[in-house]
Amino acid sequence: MYDAFVLVVSLLAATIRLATPLILTALGGMFCERSGIVDIGLEGKLLGAAFAAGAAAAVTGSPYLGLAAAIIVSIALALVHGYASITHHGNQVVSGMALNILVAGLVTTLAIAWFNQGGNTPQLAAGERFTAVELPFVATLAAIPVIGTIARQLISGQTLPVYLAALAVPLAAVILARTRFGLRLRAVGENPRAVDAAGIAVGRLRYQALICTGILCGIAGADLALAQSAGFFRGMSAGRGYLALAALIFGKWRPAPTLLACLFFAFADVMQTRLQGVVLPGIGAIPVQFIQTLPYILTVLLLAGFVGKARPPKAIGMPYVTRR
Amino acid sequence: MNSDLPPWADFALLPLINLIAALALSGLVILAVGQDPLAALGVLVDGAIGSGEAIGFTLYYATTFMFTGLAVAIPFHAGLFNIGGEGQAMLGGIGVTFVCLALGGWPLWLVLPLALLAAVACGAAWAFIPAWARARRGSHVVITTIMFNFIAASLLTWLLVDVLIAPGQSAPESSGFARSVWLPAMHEMLGALGIAVSATPLNFAFFLALAAGVLVWLFIWHTPWGYEVRVVGHGEAAARYGGIDVERVIIISLCLGGACAGLAAINDVMGAQHRLLLNFTAESGFIGIAVALMGRNHPLGIALAAMLFGALYQGGSELSFEIPTLQREIIIVIEGLVILFCGALENVFRFRLARLLPAAIPALR
Repeated sequence: MYDAFVLVVSLLAATIRLATPLILTALGGMFCERSGIVDIGLEGKLLGAAFAAGAAAAVTGSPYLGLAAAIIVSIALALVHGYASITHHGNQVVSGMALNILVAGLVTTLAIAWFNQGGNTPQLAAGERFTAVELPFVATLAAIPVIGTIARQLISGQTLPVYLAALAVPLAAVILARTRFGLRLRAVGENPRAVDAAGIAVGRLRYQALICTGILCGIAGADLALAQSAGFFRGMSAGRGYLALAALIFGKWRPAPTLLACLFFAFADVMQTRLQGVVLPGIGAIPVQFIQTLPYILTVLLLAGFVGKARPPKAIGMPYVTRR
Repeated sequence: MNSDLPPWADFALLPLINLIAALALSGLVILAVGQDPLAALGVLVDGAIGSGEAIGFTLYYATTFMFTGLAVAIPFHAGLFNIGGEGQAMLGGIGVTFVCLALGGWPLWLVLPLALLAAVACGAAWAFIPAWARARRGSHVVITTIMFNFIAASLLTWLLVDVLIAPGQSAPESSGFARSVWLPAMHEMLGALGIAVSATPLNFAFFLALAAGVLVWLFIWHTPWGYEVRVVGHGEAAARYGGIDVERVIIISLCLGGACAGLAAINDVMGAQHRLLLNFTAESGFIGIAVALMGRNHPLGIALAAMLFGALYQGGSELSFEIPTLQREIIIVIEGLVILFCGALENVFRFRLARLLPAAIPALR
């Protein structure tokens, strides 16, 4: 019984770790998409941020400067997306795709030229990356059987980005639902002309939303390079940006369901590594690839209306051209 | 603002300006890593067209990109953005492989039509599900085709690791095809005519790609179905009002796109590698986006853009030999920038040109 409990806690801890970049990226995508801008460029921001974090931390020796660099690069990429899709009314899907491809080429080129390690950044020592944070109360709780294990393995002992992600979810929910900025942001994604008529600059609001996206994706990238591994390696984002986009759609563009979708996708990822080669009674061995594709299959089913109904922001993807 | 340009500016000058902008920015990247952009360009051009062998490789890559470019272009005429070329090409490869492995030893003239059919059917089938979901259930085709790329990649991995893997092999690749079902290579065909060229992977599929381009041109501009596709692309509501079955057009155009992507596998799998490899598509589905955007979704433009990207791809692989700090990835930078300038930032130069041209050329006023 107690063994099963320990197993569940360790599964949950792994789920939280793997869900962190998904949660941050999906929340980032939420700001952008709720403001009416399609962002399939999450993958590129994540990869660019991870490289910036790894490179800056390797050069300066500070994970905090790495985090700052990741956020700056990610915001810069978001602003390019904004320049194309807000200022120049360009095709948002094409812009996002272009940035994904551009970043994929750029980080590899720069990594090879600057660090000469086949597209990776140098390995980071313990002080140069984010390591587990021991919360102060854990020592006192450790003796209590169940609570002690939960406190030690789930609540404490995570890295800074995990706590930032845990903070970001309620914060994003409150900003979107309870602040003037959030109200305007949601309105501009549904009916930009009404927002414009109320005397609020549509373009500026959307740029602000994109900066929020940039910050969140930047933290997610830093998590990949500085917390989940000790440095950046080639192809590090590995489709997580697209997975986060799927989670965002699966969560119907709302914070709490998106969080659940991210946790579910991360859990599927954890199970996929645990189930490798395991023969289940009555079913046989499940191909790993099947579990890997589960999030994508579910998202397609959702979009086709078989699992609930996805209702995207009404004005999403349409450039707003002021006419007076 | 009036953004109409004369056709020559729209189809030649504008893509050229966008290409120059993309190359100039890539040059800045090369400068940033401490290399000489002009020297790199020299190596690139020489590596792409400097020898018979280089030209062969360039045209081999161009063949694949023509197919994947058409895969983006046909749905684009119906106003649909097909990002699923990568997955559709993978499915095409799976279909071609099953035919070639099952019919090993059969004569090529019998196998080729069946392989073509398999490539077309598998690619189209992979596009059909997102197409159906878009037409009947209104789901966003960009997202579903992205998802289908991942599903296809997993399917391919599973097939190669668990099903098709060659006996006694550890690398995830299928058994080699029988010699009789290989597509003839260009150097063999020209050799039979008494013309000696260097051995390259360029093969018979090059002609199939050109033929596909002509067929697509005929379809889009010279058939009633193509007319319906273009009407839907201009406005679904108007098309529906005009009595066009919009759902059918969506499904047909996306499936034709998928079929073209599937045919790319004929070039790579049946024409060059003669076995199914794990990453045989090598992102060519995404290069197809750049090719279609730069070629303005016209088969002739796509053929030219595909040759340009074929040249970049081949020249890029030479870069790493000549300038060690520069790798082929710089080509991906150029590809991304071309998509950015030709697609998303298209209006930047278009509006400027529309304002400048009449001032410069009195006849246009």
